Amino acid sequence: MDIKVLGPGCAKCVQTEQNVKEAVAESGSDAKVEKVTKVMDIAKYGVFGTPAIVIDGEVKSVGKIPTKDEIKQWIAVKK
Amino acid sequence: MLLACSGGSNVGQAANRAVVELTQEGYGKMYCLAGIGGGLSGFIQSARDVDRMVVIDGCPVGCARAALERADVPLRGYLVVTELGIAKSSDLEPGRPEVERVKAAALDTGSLSQMRGKGDSTETWCCSGDTPEATSAGTQDEWGATS
Repeated sequence: MDIKVLGPGCAKCVQTEQNVKEAVAESGSDAKVEKVTKVMDIAKYGVFGTPAIVIDGEVKSVGKIPTKDEIKQWIAVKK
Repeated sequence: MLLACSGGSNVGQAANRAVVELTQEGYGKMYCLAGIGGGLSGFIQSARDVDRMVVIDGCPVGCARAALERADVPLRGYLVVTELGIAKSSDLEPGRPEVERVKAAALDTGSLSQMRGKGDSTETWCCSGDTPEATSAGTQDEWGATS
């Protein structure tokens, strides 16, 4: 499983990445988490804003900080 | 978020032109209805998650509405240009009064407010510019343009 956190870098993006990493750890997933910070790379996903989360190429959240529970649910569905 | 049908008629183009101008005037940000209709997850999820939206269809065929419904995006701030008293024709050049009427109706939805500047909007949530690094390098919008 591949998870990308999109965001140029601010408190919201940092918190989102933290939530993702903790959700991955707590769910026992071996998902790879990557932070995408370059604006042109972020634009390729077609998101209206950041932070955003992409799991296996599917955008799951845009412009908000999902909770760990929400992220765990997405991970569980993808397993 | 501003979405318009941009169909092949005066009313479709009036919707498109209105959304372009409202974006340029700082009332919101035009987004990609085609991306939503094409099933691209970034556009669909963005439309689902955005707080405020105006969607303008040219006529009762309702292509923009149908695209959003198909993508399970809640419809908000919905307008139909022909319901503003503008007759549909095959003329692709909308009249100036018609475009202004559509813009006024979009503003009347209460979903739009004028942004003070780039990045200072609840519509984009882009956090570029919030970090010292981004600030010193200039604020970048989501297309890489720096100001």
